[in-house]
Amino acid sequence: MSEESYIHRRNRPLQIYAVIFLILLYVPVLFLPLFSFNDSLYTTFPLTGFTLKWYEELWTRDAMWAALFNSIKVGLFVAAASTFLGIFAAKAITRYRLPGRGPIVGFIMLPLVIPLIIFGVALLVLLSRLGVPLSLYTVSAGHLIVCLPFAIATLIPRFEGFDQAIEEASADLGENGWWTFWRVTLPMVFPGVLASFILTFTVSFDEFIMAFFLTGTQPTLPVYIWGQLRFPQSFPSVLALASIIIAVSFVMVILSLYINRGAQFGGTKGSGHD
Amino acid sequence: MSEQSIHTSVPAELAPPGKVGRLSRLMHRSERARGYGLIAPALTFMLCAILLPFAILVVMSFWTATGFDFDTSFSLENYKQALERPIYAALLERSLWMSGIATVAAVVLCYPMAYFVAFHVHRHKMFWIILMTLPFWTSYLLRVFAWKVVLGYEGVINSFLISVGLIEEPLEVLLYSQSAVIITLAHAWAAFAILPMYVSLEKIDRSLLEAATDLGDGPVMRFLRVTLPLSLPGVISASLLIFIPTTGDYITPALLGGPDGAMIGNLIQKMFGPINNWPMGATLSILLMLCISVICVLFILLTLFVRRRIS
Repeated sequence: MSEESYIHRRNRPLQIYAVIFLILLYVPVLFLPLFSFNDSLYTTFPLTGFTLKWYEELWTRDAMWAALFNSIKVGLFVAAASTFLGIFAAKAITRYRLPGRGPIVGFIMLPLVIPLIIFGVALLVLLSRLGVPLSLYTVSAGHLIVCLPFAIATLIPRFEGFDQAIEEASADLGENGWWTFWRVTLPMVFPGVLASFILTFTVSFDEFIMAFFLTGTQPTLPVYIWGQLRFPQSFPSVLALASIIIAVSFVMVILSLYINRGAQFGGTKGSGHD
Repeated sequence: MSEQSIHTSVPAELAPPGKVGRLSRLMHRSERARGYGLIAPALTFMLCAILLPFAILVVMSFWTATGFDFDTSFSLENYKQALERPIYAALLERSLWMSGIATVAAVVLCYPMAYFVAFHVHRHKMFWIILMTLPFWTSYLLRVFAWKVVLGYEGVINSFLISVGLIEEPLEVLLYSQSAVIITLAHAWAAFAILPMYVSLEKIDRSLLEAATDLGDGPVMRFLRVTLPLSLPGVISASLLIFIPTTGDYITPALLGGPDGAMIGNLIQKMFGPINNWPMGATLSILLMLCISVICVLFILLTLFVRRRIS
């Protein structure tokens, strides 16, 4: 305990700050489920009574179901494609001495920072000049740009986290490159692959702005919600829908983090504290 | 990575010129080629999906709209208009200003949090980090929508204050104002601020802090002279990670901004939507990118300068 010096001393004000911070971080989002069970068209206090009718009403909205299936279709395709491309990219980035590696990685990560509205309009301009009609395919292309950086960022710590000697041993024992990859590398990074799939699906499922510009006649779920926000009478149903989406997103993200535990945020550092 | 490259480059340099050198060079080249081959699909897609649209966006910014069609001859008319008509410059300036305030607010409010987790949480660090970044993974649209519920004319704060009896009429300033947009932006992008600052705080060698204390610095001086300067890289990347995307934000000003809180992203959307002047929208997008780049370069230079002065 001698290492528990003055630097590690408890800091009461900071602890209180942290708790308030977390409360404020979550409270706005928690009002959505709260009012989704409230028997009123308005999101006002005092609450008027418990009801499930907004959730029941969702059941009857065919347009919402169509939008939901569109989102799932796009999400599954984008998750599969971005994870597939991400595996090879992450392997290349971590396993080979690539000249210009830094700029290449930086370039691929650009969509994480550049305002997505710019990507959205730029793609829209390109597609319209090429004469490509807007559809779920164009939405998927847009989402792939957004999701590929997430996939690669999730997979890189996985590749960094296991000993390259295992791959070399497999090669020494006579497996060729493909079999080594298939029988050694892939099983080792599989938690990362699964986590990347779930995360990119969630990102694509929740993404609005790209879909807003690139969607044709078939809206994705966020685009559908955006359209519904104009109608005050559908406000409570949007609350109910939003509550479900947020709950599912939370579960999926926690699941992916759990699957991929031990390889997050630089892996070697974050978990090796104390 | 740097260690690896040192290890491998030494024997290559020591090897006598001739067969061995050529062989190893060949092997290096083929390994390099395999590496590029693996990353090629992802990189090709990104190059096509980023550079091509951008190139066309730049080209289109020099066109002009004529009714429902474009005049594709080269013209600086859009840029001239963007500079002459005060509305464009004002909106651009306001966007930069609003997201600048949101960035400062997020960084200042998140710094103590990152500091707390880096220095005062010893067990279950991962749990805290996940707890702080979890909302970031859920739909941005829905988080902004939640703020509309909180700040709305018939929203949480107004109805609460009325039922408590503090006010008679709902406050109108809450929703559809610049402050609503700034609050929401700072809240929604908090995770982007916490992570980089946490990483750079966590990296700080604890013995430096002990040394500062041994040499007579109190907690405040120790923080100002050791912790803060050393965590500056995290603060810089946090600021850029929030500032760049929020300047072009569309959802938040569209849902919460009203006319007063509109930002350049809303105008760009209008140009591609109801106003139907795509070339002007392209011009505004290019100008937004240029402004962001210039400000970021200036900001990085400034912080580098300040850091050199401190150390």
